[in-house]
Amino acid sequence: MRKGIGRWIGIGLTLLGLAWALPAMAADVIINGAGATFPYPLYSKWFYEYSNSHPGLKFNYQSIGSGGGVKQITAGTIDFGATDAPMTEDELAKLPGPIFHIPTAIGAVAVVYNLEGVQSGLKLTPDILVDIYYGRITRWSDRRIVSLNPGVKLPSTDIVVAHRSDGSGTTDIFTNYLSAVSTEWRAKIGRGKSVNWPVGLGGKGNEGVAGVVKQTPGAIGYVELAYAMQNKMKTAALRNKEGNFVVPSLESTSAAAAGAAKSMPADFRLTLVDAPGKDSYGICGLTWLLIYKEQRDEAKGKAIVSFLKWAIRDGQKMNAPLLYAPIPKPVVEMVDKTIRQINFKGKSLY
Amino acid sequence: MTRKAGDNPKDLLFEKTTAVFAFGVLFLAFLLFALLVRESLPAIRKFGAAFLVTKTWDPVAESFGALPFIYGTLVSSFIALLIAVPLAVGSAIFINEFAPEWLKTPVAFLAELLAAIPSVIYGLWGIFVLVPVLRDWLMKPAASYLGFLPLFKGPVYGPSMLAAGMLLSIMIIPFILSVSREVLATVPRLQKEAVLSLGGTHWEMIRIVIGQHCIPGIFGATILGLGRALGETMAVTMVIGNRPDILLSIFQPGYSMAAVIANEFTEATGELYLSALVEIGLVLFLLTFVVNFAAKWILKTMVSRAARGL
Repeated sequence: MRKGIGRWIGIGLTLLGLAWALPAMAADVIINGAGATFPYPLYSKWFYEYSNSHPGLKFNYQSIGSGGGVKQITAGTIDFGATDAPMTEDELAKLPGPIFHIPTAIGAVAVVYNLEGVQSGLKLTPDILVDIYYGRITRWSDRRIVSLNPGVKLPSTDIVVAHRSDGSGTTDIFTNYLSAVSTEWRAKIGRGKSVNWPVGLGGKGNEGVAGVVKQTPGAIGYVELAYAMQNKMKTAALRNKEGNFVVPSLESTSAAAAGAAKSMPADFRLTLVDAPGKDSYGICGLTWLLIYKEQRDEAKGKAIVSFLKWAIRDGQKMNAPLLYAPIPKPVVEMVDKTIRQINFKGKSLY
Repeated sequence: MTRKAGDNPKDLLFEKTTAVFAFGVLFLAFLLFALLVRESLPAIRKFGAAFLVTKTWDPVAESFGALPFIYGTLVSSFIALLIAVPLAVGSAIFINEFAPEWLKTPVAFLAELLAAIPSVIYGLWGIFVLVPVLRDWLMKPAASYLGFLPLFKGPVYGPSMLAAGMLLSIMIIPFILSVSREVLATVPRLQKEAVLSLGGTHWEMIRIVIGQHCIPGIFGATILGLGRALGETMAVTMVIGNRPDILLSIFQPGYSMAAVIANEFTEATGELYLSALVEIGLVLFLLTFVVNFAAKWILKTMVSRAARGL
């Protein structure tokens, strides 16, 4: 009797073990990545769709922030990184080998405000925006804003400036824009994921800035385009390089990308702000995947390369519904050439 | 009374096991301290003691000073205590001494329930309810009538040191309240009745009894609340305005140590930037340590003085 029970337990355990092992054998390639939070909705959609059509391949992406992504890819604990700010020369120097910045999507940062009785599309010039964030223009009824917006009744309320309190790629793009249009800003404040703001209140995350703007009459802030659109916030029309006032949208973001495509450097580490083109919106930025040129694992490397081939073509169709602008066509060809260089011990994985 | 633990092997085993746990806690605290020191070494080397008294926080230029954060942490916690202590002690006295039986349990229960609410919920409530109400009903009128005082100077934004202090006060009330109630309950009934039978009023009874008996305990309760206020992160960052500046007016935004770590750590790149953030953690660790140590010491002298007084 005892022996019988023992045998049954043995068989049971074996079956259980098999049940455990089978799916593990099927999903034999797991690609680990970490980094930017801004493209996370897009990436999770991509990974989901791609894994569905490629059984045996799984992605594990941790949206811990661009800084964390750069740190982990440098340490080699993940297979790919993701960042909203291109790696600096110092950071590149610390890497064990050459890395590629693969652009995946383009995002825009909208300037949002809370002014009762004023519609969306208030006109602002880059100088005015800089002076507001410097604390030099302190009232909405300032002569410079009024003369730019004839017919708009601007209240005399104080301008409450809001910015991100947490380090973020959004702040990097925004301060990059302010640095591009103002030499003074570039010299005194500079660009970065966190900067020493001359004035204003800090909110944590897009929702924090949006919270300050929505709750405070007279507030101005900056949030990701997708966030502004989903929450139906009033966005400012910014004067671009050609002198046109452009509101942030998918079209004006794509226009900026097309305008900048001609000057795209070979390593794709381009900042898109203040891009040329008559319909271009000023405050845009690329987001990148970080992939080592020399892969350490052939199977993983192959999977990553075929995923990238898919992402820059079919994957781009998923960008617009999630409010990211796709990579312009000429750039896709350039990226394709770069992907061909990814190799395992000198052997191309394309 | 204490039997030597060597008498019985089981006792011995039990004693050693608990000793391991106790030293484990000490060891953890030591490890934490050691790691904080090690990780903040680059910043300590670069800025030295000036880190504690410098006002700039500029990640782009990599120039860091902790003073605005230390100031913000201390001031917001102080405002919180200023509001919470009278409220909590007052309601503890009411619940214990005056409230009818049917009111006692629900009031005490609801007050203590406040402790179970996650701090992010407090933060959201702060953004959507407390800040607009404070701004429109308290800060705007106060700034227009009392704005000549440096403490209430405008402009009024909403998120501010005052908002953070008030939110913190609500969060620490349950701690001070429940410990104060325990302390009040330790007063011997005979003493209270003695005061009353000598013709004392309720107020005199409470004043004498609390003055004699409960001050050290209530002080301890306050320190417990202070400890929580110093380290509170999420709720504070949502209403304090996150501005690394030192402004006298409590209507102006500020920043706290815990908040800046939570805000900037994830995206901090560069060795010096990271280690400056860790050093802020180290300063917070030491500050909490000093506050608790000082409190223990004051408590001890209070208790011994009270004992001599009796």
